[in-house]
Amino acid sequence: MKHFHALGLGAVTALGMTALSMLPASAAWQPNKPVEFIVPAGTGGGADQMARTLQGIIAKHDLMPTQLVVINKSGGAGGEGFLDVKSSKGNPHKIVITLSNLFTTPLATGIPFNWKELTPVAMLALDEFVLWVNAQEPYKTAQEYEAAIKAAPDNTFKMGGTGSKQEDQIITVAVEKALGKKLTYIPYKGGGEVAVQLVGGHINSTVNNPIEAVSQWRGDKVRPLCVFDSKQLPYTDKIQGDLSWSSIPTCKSAGLDVEYLMLRGIFMPPGVSEEQVAYFVDLFKKVRETPEWQQLMKDGAFNQTFMAGDEFKAWLDGAEKNHKGLMQEAGFIAGN
Amino acid sequence: MLDNFINLYHGFYIAGDPFNILLMVIGILLGVIIGVLPGLGGANGVAILLPLTFSMSPTSAIILLTCIYWGALFGGAITSVLFNIPGEPWSVATTFDGHPMARSGRAGEALTAAFTSSFVGAFFAIVMITMIAPLVAQFALQFGPAEKFAVYFLAFASFVGMSKEAPAKTIVSMMIGFALAAVGLDMVTGQLRLTFGITELLNGFDFLIAVIGLFGIGEILLTMEEGLEFRGKAAKIDPKVVWKTWKTLPRYWMTSLRSCIIGCWMGITPAGATPASFMAYGIAKRVSKNGKNFGNGEIEGVVAPETAAHAAGTAAMLPMLALGVPGSPTAAVLLGGLLIWGLQPGPMLFVEQAEFVWGLIASMYLGNIVGLILVLTTVPLFASILRIPFSIIAPVILVICAIGAYTVNNNVFDVLMMMVFGVLGYLLKKTNYPLAPLVLAIVLGDSAEEAFRQSLLASGGSLAIFWSNPLVSSIMGIGIVAGLWPLIAHLFSKLRVTAQPA
Repeated sequence: MKHFHALGLGAVTALGMTALSMLPASAAWQPNKPVEFIVPAGTGGGADQMARTLQGIIAKHDLMPTQLVVINKSGGAGGEGFLDVKSSKGNPHKIVITLSNLFTTPLATGIPFNWKELTPVAMLALDEFVLWVNAQEPYKTAQEYEAAIKAAPDNTFKMGGTGSKQEDQIITVAVEKALGKKLTYIPYKGGGEVAVQLVGGHINSTVNNPIEAVSQWRGDKVRPLCVFDSKQLPYTDKIQGDLSWSSIPTCKSAGLDVEYLMLRGIFMPPGVSEEQVAYFVDLFKKVRETPEWQQLMKDGAFNQTFMAGDEFKAWLDGAEKNHKGLMQEAGFIAGN
Repeated sequence: MLDNFINLYHGFYIAGDPFNILLMVIGILLGVIIGVLPGLGGANGVAILLPLTFSMSPTSAIILLTCIYWGALFGGAITSVLFNIPGEPWSVATTFDGHPMARSGRAGEALTAAFTSSFVGAFFAIVMITMIAPLVAQFALQFGPAEKFAVYFLAFASFVGMSKEAPAKTIVSMMIGFALAAVGLDMVTGQLRLTFGITELLNGFDFLIAVIGLFGIGEILLTMEEGLEFRGKAAKIDPKVVWKTWKTLPRYWMTSLRSCIIGCWMGITPAGATPASFMAYGIAKRVSKNGKNFGNGEIEGVVAPETAAHAAGTAAMLPMLALGVPGSPTAAVLLGGLLIWGLQPGPMLFVEQAEFVWGLIASMYLGNIVGLILVLTTVPLFASILRIPFSIIAPVILVICAIGAYTVNNNVFDVLMMMVFGVLGYLLKKTNYPLAPLVLAIVLGDSAEEAFRQSLLASGGSLAIFWSNPLVSSIMGIGIVAGLWPLIAHLFSKLRVTAQPA
């Protein structure tokens, strides 16, 4: 009983801190058996790392009365995981973390699902993308690298990325359009592998997420040229020499007008009650207050936008249209 | 290098803490249990227990988790030998001679040889990590898609060249494996292949399902046909079997050393433990003077793959720590743990977290020693399982197989697939098609195809990329020789015959 009380107290404190108008009544529903946390991607990638960190934080701070169990369902570019959630109608003991494949997988493979068939819970953060080259390359700025690409024949430069017809390749196509030159895109299974291939000099550049490449940057093996966001990153902790995430210029300012952010959000199966959704929104608000989560955000230079409810749905609507447009332009829609 | 030894000494001080030793014993025991249950491999075990470790210090936590991993590696050999069910991909080669040994009443010997070889392989790899860690990480960076494909090619080619069955049958079996491996998402184009709109096929065929079916169920069907007689029954339980086997093992030092080197090499290059175990087995069969008897219960055929697999499995920890690339699913889960403990794997880990890294390396030494002692004491116990009549044990194995197949993805469809693979395995065995190439192709087919197409993308479609530098050319060269070995050997013997009368 004491334990239960402490939990309630924690919830109230967290609510006070976030200063959002949530009624304490939202704690009415609680999971009464282990909650499955589906990861529609393989082990070791960005989404998997985030899911396992969440699992750790929730267990360590006792934020949920039952266990959270991470399950990877990566088949069919994550389609397997999304279909599983879609078919678990009304099951409140299942949540799924999404990456951009929420939009790209149904478009590229024709696997039948749409985010509207799931119940959106919350946006946890947005993941940034950075243009990286090997630290031994002569290009110190994005402009120098762009000039080198433009000066060489088509397909001279090799861009490595995670998966095919997903976010990394979408950005690559956008870069090609902006520069008017073709790059050779080589797909790999995971972001960590891409970073190591860059260090080994097997590819010329990558658009790794910050967390996928940060350790190689700290070791001065790779060099960030620009970030695909509208503004520079806010994190000022020193990472390599005097450089921090905030010292990376935006790609737009470097003459490469490409912006892309990736959703790290939580969804539930269709047909769950508002009370059940509210429980998880509340849970993830509590998670955001923990020092471990703050550290993850800092390490991975995440954009910490948090959204839930209608605001989140409106954002998803916009993002879906955006992806459809980008994929259509690139010729990535299934059947084409 | 002297620094390394000072660091290691300090590491032993940390790992030798009584609490940490206790964690090692718990970890190994849990790991052995996890390894014995097919389907519940090391990755799942580590993932389930990961949250429990968040309240410990990172060093204690990784000691517990890596010991579960070592335990699972040891445990995987048990089911391979006793029931012909490899719990992990790299235990497949262990079944070739380990199971025949068990069937002829020598289960205790086979288990002792397997455990001891695992230990030798792991120990060799740890010593290597201690000595030349930075150099090794540098070498791993040389491996781009072309080099990776060359390694896979070598593994496949040496299989065709060294197999006991007719090369044509090996190739047929391998091609079935490739076709099964192609099901699911095509990584290079992002399109679905051969799924026919069936949701269950999106993820392709899981290796474990195939192996549990082909080997486990197939074996039960065969034994049933042979009249429910399980020859292991004759096994006498001899507590001294460990000592007796140990006395014979030093004879195979060449095989061990060769397997250690193959294992370390394959572990550092991201090819991993599975091709290492197959290659070590293949080469031992070719080189050993008992080679002809391989497959009928030759102890050397257990020593070779087990040593190589564990050398590779241990050596694979190095790229994970130094480069941040997990070499196996278990390593990937461990990587997630490192991040939660605030440790960022990568080139700076050895510099910034020296205490943690050397504590871990020291725990590898101690963990393997603790593990060897623990599992060796269980040998007579496990060997005695075979005394149970087959009519009782068979349903138990069936149930364990079904649970194992279900646990892989929590999916009933997988249990059905396991049965289908079981029938397939039975048919292939009756018609004398080797199963191992099929399994090898399912495990490595995807990665090999991926590496091949990535290479061609990079080279703009030119095959010359596989001969573009000394490293990749020499691996490809060895591969071609290995693949054509029967032809070459045939040619040699012909030359000799024609030369003699002259």
